[in-house]
Amino acid sequence: MISNTTKLTRENFPINPERATLEGQNKYLGFWFFLCGETVLFACLIGTYLALKNSYSTGLSSNELFEYPLILIATIFLLTSSLTSALAVYEMKRFKFVNMQLWFFITVLLGCSFLALEVYEFIHYVDKGFKFTTSPFSSSFYTLVGFHGAHVSFGILWFLTLMLRNAKSGLSLVNAPKYYLASLYWHFVDVVWVFIFTVVYLLGMVG
Amino acid sequence: MQLARKQSLFKTILEYFVTVDHKKIGLLYLFSGLFFLVCGTVLALLMRIQLAVPENDFLSGQTYNEVMTMHGTTMIFFAATPLIFGLMNYIVPLQIGARDVAFPFINALGFWFFLFGGIFLYSSFLFGEVPDAGWTAYASLAVVSKGHGVDFYLLALQLSGAGTIMSGINFLVTIVNMRAPGMSYMRLPLFTWTSFITSALIIFAFPAFTIGLILLLFSRLFGAQYFNVAIGGNTVIYEHLFWIFGHPEVYILVLPIFGVFSEIFSTFSKKRLFGYNSMVFAVILIGFLGFMVWAHHMFTVGLGPFANAIFAIATMAIAVPTGIKIFNWLLTLWGGSIRLTTPMLYGLGFIPSFIIGGVTGVMTASAAADYQFHDSYFVVAHFHYVIVGGIVFGILGGLHYWWPKMFGYMLNETLGKISFAVLFVGFHTTFFVLHFVGLMGMPRRYFTYLKDQDFGDLNYISTIGSYILVLGLVLIVFNYIYSTVIREKAVNDPWNGRTLEWSIPSPPPMYNFKQVPQVNSLDAFWYEKMKGNSNMSSPDELSDIHMPSNSSLPFFMALGFFIASYGLMFLDKGSNNIAFITLVIGGIIAFGSMVLRSTIEDKGYYITKKQLSEEDPK
Repeated sequence: MISNTTKLTRENFPINPERATLEGQNKYLGFWFFLCGETVLFACLIGTYLALKNSYSTGLSSNELFEYPLILIATIFLLTSSLTSALAVYEMKRFKFVNMQLWFFITVLLGCSFLALEVYEFIHYVDKGFKFTTSPFSSSFYTLVGFHGAHVSFGILWFLTLMLRNAKSGLSLVNAPKYYLASLYWHFVDVVWVFIFTVVYLLGMVG
Repeated sequence: MQLARKQSLFKTILEYFVTVDHKKIGLLYLFSGLFFLVCGTVLALLMRIQLAVPENDFLSGQTYNEVMTMHGTTMIFFAATPLIFGLMNYIVPLQIGARDVAFPFINALGFWFFLFGGIFLYSSFLFGEVPDAGWTAYASLAVVSKGHGVDFYLLALQLSGAGTIMSGINFLVTIVNMRAPGMSYMRLPLFTWTSFITSALIIFAFPAFTIGLILLLFSRLFGAQYFNVAIGGNTVIYEHLFWIFGHPEVYILVLPIFGVFSEIFSTFSKKRLFGYNSMVFAVILIGFLGFMVWAHHMFTVGLGPFANAIFAIATMAIAVPTGIKIFNWLLTLWGGSIRLTTPMLYGLGFIPSFIIGGVTGVMTASAAADYQFHDSYFVVAHFHYVIVGGIVFGILGGLHYWWPKMFGYMLNETLGKISFAVLFVGFHTTFFVLHFVGLMGMPRRYFTYLKDQDFGDLNYISTIGSYILVLGLVLIVFNYIYSTVIREKAVNDPWNGRTLEWSIPSPPPMYNFKQVPQVNSLDAFWYEKMKGNSNMSSPDELSDIHMPSNSSLPFFMALGFFIASYGLMFLDKGSNNIAFITLVIGGIIAFGSMVLRSTIEDKGYYITKKQLSEEDPK
C-alpha cells in the first residue's frame, strides 16, 4: 500500500488505484451496496409501470405513443457513453490524467445528448396530449423514465464536479476512487436504461 | 486526561452538532430515540384513555385517527429505529475492534436526516394538520386525506428513510472492512452479526418504501393517477410496496435485539453462547425469509388462494429459525452460573413474552384463520407482544447492560429490577386481554365501541395495565437520572464480559483502541482472561492514530432538505411564492453543502504517540 506522501508516477501507480487505500476500499464496497439499494428502487418503479401499462384510460396507449427512431438514437448515445467512461477508467489505471479527463468529457457530452433527446421526447408526448396526469399509464411512464433521467442528470453533474475539482491537482489516490465510482454509477444507470428500453419501449411496441 | 480537557457546556453542545465520532452519534441516536419514545407513549396513553369505556368522547374520531397514526409512526420509525441504531453505532465498532465506522461523515449525515425527519413529522402538530391515515398510509385513504397531514408523514419518512439507508450501508462496510486482525466472520459477536444482517435488510427493504412514498407524494402533490381506481389505477400496488419494505422492517428492528439478548444470556450465564454457528445461520435465514412473506399482511386483499397459501407457508417457515434461536438461548442458560442482574431479567422476561407473540404470529399466518383475526385487536395484541416484549425489552435491557460502558457509571440495580417488574406486569396486563377483545370481534383503529358489545371490561383492564406500563417507564427514566446523580463509578469490565468492548476503558477514549487488538477466538476478551491476560495483545506497535475531522456539513445538508421539504409540501397553494422560495433556499443549503463536501479535502488529523503515552495508563 502506498502512503499519501509518496510522489505518484506511472511506475508506482497501483493497478487498482480505486482500492489502494482503506478509504478507497470502503468507498468501493459501500458504493456497491448503494447500487443494491438502487436496484430495488428501479425494480419497484418497473414493477409499478408493468402493473399500470395497460391502464391508459382515455389517453394514448404505448403503441400509439412511442417514437422509435428517436429512442434508438438516445439509446445509442447512452450505451456509447458507457464505453467512453470505461475507456476513461482504463486511462486512469494507466495514470494518464489528461486522457481520462477527455474521455469523461466525451461521456458527459453523450449523456447531455441523451438527456436533450429525452426532454424533447417528453415535450413531444405532452404536445400529443399525453400528460403526467392523463392516465395511470402516463403517470407511471413519466415516473419511471423521469427517475432514470434524473439519475443521468445527477451523473453528469457528478462527472463535471469531479473534473473541475481535480483539473489542476491531477490524479491521486484520493480522487481515483471518486472517478471510479462515478463511472460505476454511470454503468449502472446504463444497465437500468437497457431494462427500461426492453420493458417500456420494446414491450410497448407489441402492445 | 490530555485529550478530554474540561470545556464549557456550550462548547460541549456545539461539539455534538459537528461530531463524526460514532460514540457521540450513538448517544445522539439514543437520546433522541428516548425523546420520541416518550412522545409515542403519551400518544398511546391518550388512546387507552379514550378506549377505557364505551362511547367515550375524550378524543374525537379525527383526533383519534391522528393520535393513532402518530403513535405507530413514531414508535416504529422515530423510537425503535434510532434506539437500535444508537446501540449499533456505539457498540458494533467496539465489538469488532475498530477505531471508527467506515464512513464517519455519512454516519453523522444519517443521524441528522433521521432527527430532522422526526422534527418535521412533529411540526405537523404546530400546523394543525396531522397525519391521519394510519402508520401504513394505505393509498386509498392517504390520497384523499384532506389538508397537509399525510404530506408531513410522507416527507418526514422520506427524510429519515434516506438517513436509515445511509446508516445501513455504513454498518455493512464497517463490519466487512474494519474488523481487527483475527476477527473472522465466525468470531463476530452475535450483536455484530445481527447488526450486519439488519443493515443488509435495510438496503434492500427501504428503497421499496421510498418508491411507495414517492408514488403517494406525486399523487397528492402533482395529481399522478397510479391509484385512481376509476380510470384503471391500482391501490394494491402501494400495499405491496409498503409491505415489501414493512415486513423486513420488523426483522430490521428485532434482529439486533436477538443479538443483544444473545450477549446478555451468554455473559450472565458465564457460558459461551450455545450453538453459535446455528445462531448465525438462523439470523441469516430469518433475514432471507423476511423478504418472502410480505403478502401475509394482505391475506384479505383478495390475492387468491394460491398466493395466500404460498405466503402462509413461507411465514410459518420463519418460526423454525426463530425456534432455533429460542432453544439456543434456553440451552445457553442450561447449566450456566446464572446471575439475575437487570439485563438478565429483561432477557428472561423476553423469552416467554416473545414466544406468545410468536405463537399468535403463526396463528395469523394461517391464511384462512386470518380472515377472522385480520384488522382486529388480536393483531394489535400480537405485534405489541413482539414489539414491546421483544424490541422494547431488548433496548431497555441492552441500555442497562452497556450503560456503564457508555457513561462510566452503573445504573442502580434495585431500581432497575423494580422498574422491570412494574413494566413486565403492566405490559402483560395491557396487551394480554387485547387478544380476547380481538377474538370477540373488536376492530382495530376504531375510535370507540358501543355499550352492548361487551368490550368494556377487558378494555378497562387494558387501560389500567397501560398506566402500570407507563409507571414502569417512568421508573426507568428516574433510574437513569438517579444513577447519573449518584454516579457509582464503573470499572472497565463491570459484568465480567466476553467481548472486546469490555477490554477498554469506560467510557472509551475517542480513538477506542490505543492499539488495535489481536483476536484469537470467539468471545475474544473472555479467551484472553481465561489465559490469564488482563488486556488484549496487539500485533502492532503504538503509533499515531489518524482521526477524521469534525464537520458541520452533515447538519446543514440535512437542514437544507428539511427546509426544502416545507417548500415542496406547500407548493400547491399557488398564489403565494413563499413555498417556492423556501424550496429554493432549502435546495441551495443542501446542494451547497454537498458541493462544499466534495471540494474541500478532509485530511483529518493525528493523535500522536506522545499524546497517547501521556494518558494515564488504566
